[in-house]
Formats: sequence, C-alpha cells, structure tokens
Amino acid sequence: MGAVVSVRALHLGEITPEVRKGYGVSPGDHPKMTTNDTHVGASTKSSSSSVVASVGQWVTSSDHKKIGRLFIGWSLVHAIEVAVIGIIFGLERMSPSSMQIFDGDAALQLSWLFRHVLVLGLVAPLFIGIAIAVVPMQVGSKAISFPRLAQYGFWAWFFGSGLVLISLIANGGPNGGNADMGDLFLLGVGLLIVGLLSASLSVATTILTSRAPGMSLDMIPAFSWSALIASIATLLTLPVAISSVIYLYVDHTYAQNAFGGGKGIETWLGWVYSAPQTLVFVIMAFGVLAEIAPVVARVRQPLRPVVLGGIALISAATIGAVTQTNHVLDLSGTNGDKLSSTVLFLLTNGLPLLGMLVAVAVAMLSFKEGKPSVNAAFAFSILGVLMILAGATGAFVGNVKDAGLQGTSFSEGITLYLAYGGVLVALGALTHWAPKLWGVVLDDKKVLGLAGLGLIGTVLSSLPLYIAGFADQPANVVNGFEYGGPVALWNVLAAAGSALIALVVLAYVGLLVAAVRAGAGAKDDPWDAHTLEWSIPSPAPANNFASLATVSSSEPLLDAKPSQEVPA
Amino acid sequence: MTLALPSAPSQTSRRQVLVGTALVAAAAGMLIAGMLAMWMKFRAGAPTRESADGLKIIKDWMSKDIIVPEVAANTMFATFPFAALMAQWAVYSAKRRDGQHRSLALVILFGIGIALVNAQVAIYAQMEVVLAEGAFGALFYAITGTMLALIVSGMAFTTVAFFRSVGGRDDDLQVISANALYWYFLTAAFTAVWFFVYVQK
Repeated sequence: MGAVVSVRALHLGEITPEVRKGYGVSPGDHPKMTTNDTHVGASTKSSSSSVVASVGQWVTSSDHKKIGRLFIGWSLVHAIEVAVIGIIFGLERMSPSSMQIFDGDAALQLSWLFRHVLVLGLVAPLFIGIAIAVVPMQVGSKAISFPRLAQYGFWAWFFGSGLVLISLIANGGPNGGNADMGDLFLLGVGLLIVGLLSASLSVATTILTSRAPGMSLDMIPAFSWSALIASIATLLTLPVAISSVIYLYVDHTYAQNAFGGGKGIETWLGWVYSAPQTLVFVIMAFGVLAEIAPVVARVRQPLRPVVLGGIALISAATIGAVTQTNHVLDLSGTNGDKLSSTVLFLLTNGLPLLGMLVAVAVAMLSFKEGKPSVNAAFAFSILGVLMILAGATGAFVGNVKDAGLQGTSFSEGITLYLAYGGVLVALGALTHWAPKLWGVVLDDKKVLGLAGLGLIGTVLSSLPLYIAGFADQPANVVNGFEYGGPVALWNVLAAAGSALIALVVLAYVGLLVAAVRAGAGAKDDPWDAHTLEWSIPSPAPANNFASLATVSSSEPLLDAKPSQEVPA
Repeated sequence: MTLALPSAPSQTSRRQVLVGTALVAAAAGMLIAGMLAMWMKFRAGAPTRESADGLKIIKDWMSKDIIVPEVAANTMFATFPFAALMAQWAVYSAKRRDGQHRSLALVILFGIGIALVNAQVAIYAQMEVVLAEGAFGALFYAITGTMLALIVSGMAFTTVAFFRSVGGRDDDLQVISANALYWYFLTAAFTAVWFFVYVQK
C-alpha cells in the first residue's frame, strides 16, 4: 500500500515536505517501469554541468512528459515554419501572372511543403505529443506503455520530417524533377508515419491497460477518451497510407509505370493531407474542450456519456479516410446512385460533423449549470474548436458536387481552418496543463490576448480562401493561374493571417519560456480541477504517482473536495 | 479534516503486451487490406483487348508467361494454420507451466517461419516476375514483400518469446499469448493475400 495523499493539502498548494517526498523516485518502487529520468526541475539542475549530458538525457529519455514535450516543441517549430510558408504562399499568389518569387518546380514543392508540414508536421504530432505528456497522469499511471516505442516514435517522426524537408527543397516531392529525391520523399513520409503510429500505439495501450484501479473506460477523463479514439483511428487509417507509400516507392524506384511516377505521389497520397483524414487528427481538440469547460464552470460535466459519444462519433471520419477518397454528394444518375452517394457522403462527412456539434453543445452545458469564470485555456480551446467546426462544415459543403468547390482554394481553407484551429486548441491545452508539464501558470491576461489574435489569424488565413474558392481560385497552385476575383486582396489577407499565427505561436513560446525561466512555481491544483493529474505536485515528478489511488467516479479529485459539492 | 483518495491495492496484472500486439495486428491488418484494395483496383482497371481470333477478351494484367507456382503458394497457405497451432501449443504449455513443451513449440514455430520464407523465395525464383514490366510486377513484389516482412517480424517475436521461455520465465503467459495472437493475424492476412494474389491473380 502506498502513502495516503492529502488532497486538501495538494489543492491549496500546501504540500508538506513529507507529502512531496512521497512522490519522489524511490529505487525499486516499480522495477518493471522503464521511465528512467526525472521531472522538469530536477532535470534542469542535474544537466547544468554538461550540455552533452543534457542533450543525451533528452535524446534517450523514456519519461513520457519529456517525449511529449519533444513532440510539442518541434511541432511548434513547424507551426512557425508553416506560417512563414503561408506568408510566402500568399504573397506569391497576390499576382499569379506576374510575381514569381519561385518558379515552376520550386513553387510546386513549396505548395507541398505547406500542406505536408501543416498536417503531418504540425497538427497530428502536436496532439499526439500532448496526449503522450498528459494521458498517463490523467489515467493514474506511473508511466506510458512502451515508453521506448513512444521515444522511437518521436525520433522516427523527427528524422522522417527532416528527410521530407530535404527532398522537397531538392525538388523531389510530388511532380518534382529529381527522381532520387522523390524516393527520399517517400522514405521520409513512410518513416514519419511509422513514428506517429508508434506514438499512437503507446497512447492507446496506456489508456486500455494502465488505468488506475477502479477506473473503468467510462470513467476516464474526456481528454484521455478523445486520445483513445484518435489513437485508434490513427492506427486504422495511417497504415493505409503506408500501403500507398510502399507501392509508390517500389514503383517509383524500379518501374515508374503503374502509379505515374512523381505525379502519382499526389494522386495516391494526397488524401492524407485533406479531410476526412485531417478530421481524425483534430479529434483530441474536442477532448480538450470537454476537459476544460466543466473545470472552468466549476461543475461536473452534465450528460458526460453524451459528450464521450459525440467525440467517438467524430471517428466516423475513419471510414472516409481508409477509402482514400472524398465521398462527394452527387445527385445525378439513377436513384440507386443518388442513394449510395448520399449514404457515403453522410457517413464520412455528416457523422463526424454531427459528433463535433454534439460534443461541443453538450460540453458547453456545463456553463449553464455552473458558475463559469473564463480563463485563457478555455478561450483558446473554444475559439480553436469553433475554427475546427468552420473547417469541418467547409469539408461538408465542399463535398457537395453541385457547390462546384472541388479543386478550388476552398479545400486549402478547410485544411487551414482545421490545422490552425487545432493549434489554438493545443495552445489552450498547453496553458491548462502547463503547471504539470513545466511547473508554471502562464499570465492569463497576456495569453487571453493571444487567443484573440489567434482567432483573427485563423479567420484571416482561411476565410479568404473559402471566398476565393467560390470564385474558382485553383487549389495548391502558386502562380500562373487565371482568376477573375480580387486575387491580391484575398491572398494578402491569407498571408496576413499566417503572419498573425506565427506571431501568436512565437509570443506564446516566449511567454512560456519566460515563465519557466522565472521559475514561478505553480500550485498543484491551480484550476480547482477534477481529475487525477491535479493530485500530484507541479511539475509532475518522475513516475507521476508515489502510490496508486482507487477511483470510483469520473471526477475522483472533485469527489474528495468538500467545498465542491455540486449536482451530479 | 484530512481528505484522501483511497489507496489502491497492489496492481493487478497488466496486459500491455497482449493489447499492444492486438493493436499492432489491427494496424498491420489495415496495411494489408489497403494493399489488397489497391491490387484489386489496379487489376479491375487493367486495359483489355481482343484475342487474335477475336473470340476472347484478354486483360493486360499479368503476362501470359508468368506461371504461379501453385505448389509453393498452396503449401504456404496450408502451413500457416500449423504455425498458429504451434503458437497455441506454446500458450497451452505456458498455462500448464510446462517449460519444455513451451520452448519446443516455439522452436518448431520458428522453423515453420523459416519454411514460409523459403517458400516465398521459391515463388519469386519460379515466377521470375520482372518488376519494371507493368503494374503487376510492382504490385506483386510490394504486397508479397510486405507479407514477408510481417512473417519475419513474427519470427523475431517468436525468438524473443523463446529466449524468455528458456530463460525460465514460467509466468510469461502474456508474451506467449501475444505471440500466438500475432501468428493468428499472420494466418488470416496470408489467407487473404493467397486468395487475391495467387488464386484470383
């Protein structure tokens, strides 16, 4: 039996040395655990003597919080990278016939780099990183399952991303002129997908096998539930992308006659970078909102099973993704054709949107029943989710054939709404869990301002592309296209939006770094939260829990707080 | 008043390896399913032409010079259930804490793996498919090569299970069960590959 933890002491931030000592690493405490290093504060001190030792510690770490922060950190680097590309992209398209910062092939590779980094370099790994860092604490586990697999996942994704970047710069992407670099591109994409799969496997296994005693699946926190759904959806969809990569690689390297060489890469792999696959990558955003909303409202989540059901329903996007295509609503042809088209369309585009709406609507019921006090984490989350909803609605409308939006910049707007919306939610999640990950609470007013800027940036970068799509601006074409609308206006606005997103991410990282350097210690439960991760010190120590707790509800910490007696 | 979350009793056995293997099998199943779907799409979309006598429609998919070595392919198909049987024998022995039979079953299973690899290599040698000669070649080598890689990874899993077994891990039922689960998956996956690639062609 482990030590009994004083919840009130933790809640008030009055942790006695005795209690804190109980969370330290005790040799032999868990001989089968493979987490081999320490929490934020400890690692900073121990590594100060040697940069090499510090780098080595990060490279070899199997602590889920470090692996998660590696994913998060590099994803945010990619966020800035993609925003800069977005600026160049918008400026280049201001005058499609005259301005040529990049010529033919380079412009094409730039377009691919933008899509690639946005989806597989930013949104997917960012949420997986947050899940790796947070989920084991939420479900009451001392470590993530298969920590070295998760660690491998990061490095595979990291080096895969590097290979893709090199190949695209060397004109080796889809339709590129350098065949060898085309092979490298496929190798890089395959490697990074294997990395994302490895990390997803760790997350899903942790939730399925390493929950605290008594915590049944219906009791797991909303974010962990969304992480489970997203991980399994990823495990079911991305292997299909691997199958395309294998075929393309064999054909591209040896034959070049079945899949159309470099051009075929876009045909056979383009689905990974668009809805419905991108909807799979943002499932966790709804878990973040469902996690933060009741905490901010200081109430138990009403109709919690319905929220979880809504989040699960979003995974219907998986059906569309594994078929490697967008199912378009085409009301021409026979009644049978119309019926099959409608059913497939609603199944792959309608159900995910319905799930999102249900999850958001019911999660927000907590505001009706509680006494909400909006903070920056919630603001980022709700604004980001609204942006994702705009993207999902766009995916729904864009797949109606009669709308005539396919192949236009409307599809770019969808991806940007989903990706930048996802970034906003992720920043909300980082603000919420910063006490556990870095031991700091960020300045709420400053972060709140960034949330507003993020909203403006996302709308500016995406909405003009929606509008330009209705006027038939072609998708993913940088220059040399014909377009009758106010092309300069829309594309300058889109560039300005990306610039704002870059500014928001940079400012956020700056605030975070400043707070960590200032070392302002966060309380252990600064938000008066409901779930297990808030019962441990901030920042979370190695192995998370000194002793395991028995859980008997979905809000175990709330149960233990007498002042928080709220309606069930 | 001090409030506390009640401490839990000592943790019950986790089934991480088994659950992880099940998830890997699901993911690998999607990999093979995706490859077979593309195989069928290409086969269905292969160009057709009339035969010289005008009596038949010929599909330009697999060269007429290519002969599928049915003995080797069917032997592989028939061998996989034996592999699953050996894997299950290992589980049965592990449940009875019978280390000798557990290890013997795993050795035989590894041997079957070698035989399967050998059969696949024999198929390659006998078929002499030219990789750069149309869609069939690229797709054939890609899908059977992926299946081969999955078999080899199963053999690696079996090797790990064997060394844990001979190392005296009598309580290692979970790893043995996970190994069996993976071989069941391989049996199902190869059955699909055998039907679509070697039977339907």
